[in-house]
Amino acid sequence: MKTKIRIATTSLAGCFGCHMSLLDLDERLIPLAELIEFDRSPLTDIEHCTNCDIGLIEGGVCNSENVHVLREFRKNCKILVAVGACAITGGLPAMRNFIPLEECLTEAYIDGIGVENAQIPNDPELPLLLDKVRPLHEVVKIDYFLPGCPPSADVFWAFLNDLIAGREPSLPYECVHYD
Amino acid sequence: MQTFVKNIAEENHNLATHLLRILHAIQARYHYIPEPAIEQLASSLNIARTQIIGVIKFYSFFHLTPRGRYELLISDSITDHLLGKEALTYYISQKLKVAVGEVRADGLVSLDNTSCTGLCDQGPAGLVNGLALPRLDRARIDQISELINQETPLEHWPSELFHINDHIIKPDLLLNHPITPGHALHSTFKRGITATLAELDFSGLRGRGGAGFKTASKWQYCRDEPETERYVVCNADEGEPGTFKDRVLLNSYAQQVFEGMTVCAVIIGAQKGFLYLRGEYLFLYDKLQNILTERRQLGLLGNNILNSGVNFDIDICLGAGAYICGEESALIESLEGKMGIPRNRPPYPVTHGYLDKPTVVNNVETFLAAAAIAHLGGDWFASIGTEKSKGTKILSISGDCARPGIYEYEFGTSIETILSDCGAEALLGIQIGGPSGLFISELELQRKLAFEDLATGGSFIVFNKHRNLLDIVNNFTHFFAHESCGFCTPCRVGTSLLKNQLAKIVDGHGSAGDVVALEELCALVKNYSHCGLGQTAANPIISTLARFPELYQSRLKNISYEPGFDLDAALETARQLANRNDAAAHLTQVEQD
Repeated sequence: MKTKIRIATTSLAGCFGCHMSLLDLDERLIPLAELIEFDRSPLTDIEHCTNCDIGLIEGGVCNSENVHVLREFRKNCKILVAVGACAITGGLPAMRNFIPLEECLTEAYIDGIGVENAQIPNDPELPLLLDKVRPLHEVVKIDYFLPGCPPSADVFWAFLNDLIAGREPSLPYECVHYD
Repeated sequence: MQTFVKNIAEENHNLATHLLRILHAIQARYHYIPEPAIEQLASSLNIARTQIIGVIKFYSFFHLTPRGRYELLISDSITDHLLGKEALTYYISQKLKVAVGEVRADGLVSLDNTSCTGLCDQGPAGLVNGLALPRLDRARIDQISELINQETPLEHWPSELFHINDHIIKPDLLLNHPITPGHALHSTFKRGITATLAELDFSGLRGRGGAGFKTASKWQYCRDEPETERYVVCNADEGEPGTFKDRVLLNSYAQQVFEGMTVCAVIIGAQKGFLYLRGEYLFLYDKLQNILTERRQLGLLGNNILNSGVNFDIDICLGAGAYICGEESALIESLEGKMGIPRNRPPYPVTHGYLDKPTVVNNVETFLAAAAIAHLGGDWFASIGTEKSKGTKILSISGDCARPGIYEYEFGTSIETILSDCGAEALLGIQIGGPSGLFISELELQRKLAFEDLATGGSFIVFNKHRNLLDIVNNFTHFFAHESCGFCTPCRVGTSLLKNQLAKIVDGHGSAGDVVALEELCALVKNYSHCGLGQTAANPIISTLARFPELYQSRLKNISYEPGFDLDAALETARQLANRNDAAAHLTQVEQD
């Protein structure tokens, strides 16, 4: 049997919408499963990735843990892909970039309506927030970008089939126009 | 204020096309455009308040919040930097106790940077309430600070603070032979329109703004349009950093420039003309108005010019600090009182220009030359130059040379000759045509000044070997990001990305892939932008990357990738708020094995 292509996936500052869109491949998942297997991913619950061919990451980088996960992916994936608007630009979470972090945290944990026992969380278990949400390519080298919010199942299908077949991926026009 | 705004609006006949003039008056009086004035204008000019706010935000010289009663702006052109602008700005800031970009608490003075003010041969330069201040040094700053702190009205400031020199160092064909007012018009009427156009055609004169379109063809096309209303516009929005020849032409040859516009009006059949004067040249405004009055008294302007039956008059419109308005269709938008956003071309202004009527837009120098040709004939002009570039070109030379100023050269002159005339030594390179032009190195000194080789609108900045090339490119790249009009995404976003990506490399965070990413970005901004600004914004990077790749390489790290910002510093706010300093509260810049 041919070795399967090993894929890891994760969501950083994202909403899992891109993962849901991947699952929208529906019946196409069956032939795909013949060619690929999942490493670290919300779909497998494997905790750390090892020697993968492709890493798919949705969401931007908003805290220190995101940085560590992203670095682990970069280190272990031959090809690293920024999936969806948040991974490519920071997306919705990056709307906080125009508000100082101190104001965000004060509003959420001190001054917000209904806040009891007001204090900014400081447990060492919690990752610290970066002052700005960053797109992936500002933190590590990214090889490919899949546009869309989320990228449609057809985008994943076209992209993965190209990569698996050893072709330079290219998205047809229907996959990248949104009107 | 209500009465003031009402009077200003009425003086301008409540015309929306006069919005810039009205805003200039309000800004001068109140040092910003107050909200009630916007409401009032919206109703009296019958335009949306958002349109007025759009215009205020578009132009650097209008403000929605109060600036100081003395508004000081320091020119941020690379030429001012070469002359010590940065240290001087720090000194001003200390002396007047006001930070750059701020208004002092007492509201008396504000300080900020502004794009090139066109005083590159006598910088570092600045503006106070719009009036040009050349040759700033510590002594002058001390003097100015005192005048400001004592609240001395500008009209009582010593006049030498505002004295601008022409510095005409090498005059040739045009600058040596100014024509007597009226002579070009007399010759035009005597010779006839068709024959004069033929002379202009024979002269081979091409537009002097940089693009080099044949002037006679432009005038002919405009004349051929089946319309009754036509316009002549003189583009004096000389915003390309390093260019200042139009300032000198308008200071000392304005009669001839206006004469050229009038000859154009006679030929194309226009009754109305505009001189679009960049806001930075406010100090020329009254002088130019007086010259127009004088010309009316001489019968060279107004009704029935020289008893020919031709009626034509010229109005002066002041810009308000927007480089993009040098692009002809953006300039026309601005003339119409709108944001200076370039139009789709075609249709070109020659068929659909001001108020959608056929309009000739030419550079100051083009009208100057056209007037001389109308009087002296095409042969006089075409006898020198090269095959495709006839006559002479007036250059503004500044930077690292012994004799900065105005030089007029026959087309075809080698760069080497020009450098030796202006006294340039230990050369690093020359920026020709300003930031949107080309950076050439010392290996290219045999190249020629001509449309066939090195075309330029007139900017010629010399840099010596002690200068840091990447600082220069950085300054230019910031300039474009600041001046992008924001209309199209490739330019609005692209110029900022160029700035960030270049900074990443210059600041030492770059690795090999970052130069490739920079090159890709350059190609994208150049190929997909709507107008010339975006299409040329990457030129400083492209032309220096091609000539000095090793300079870029020397800044790169020998690792595969590193973020362009300080990762650990990005956690500082959160660390302080959570009162943490444990190991997990820190990040390394690159991953450690």
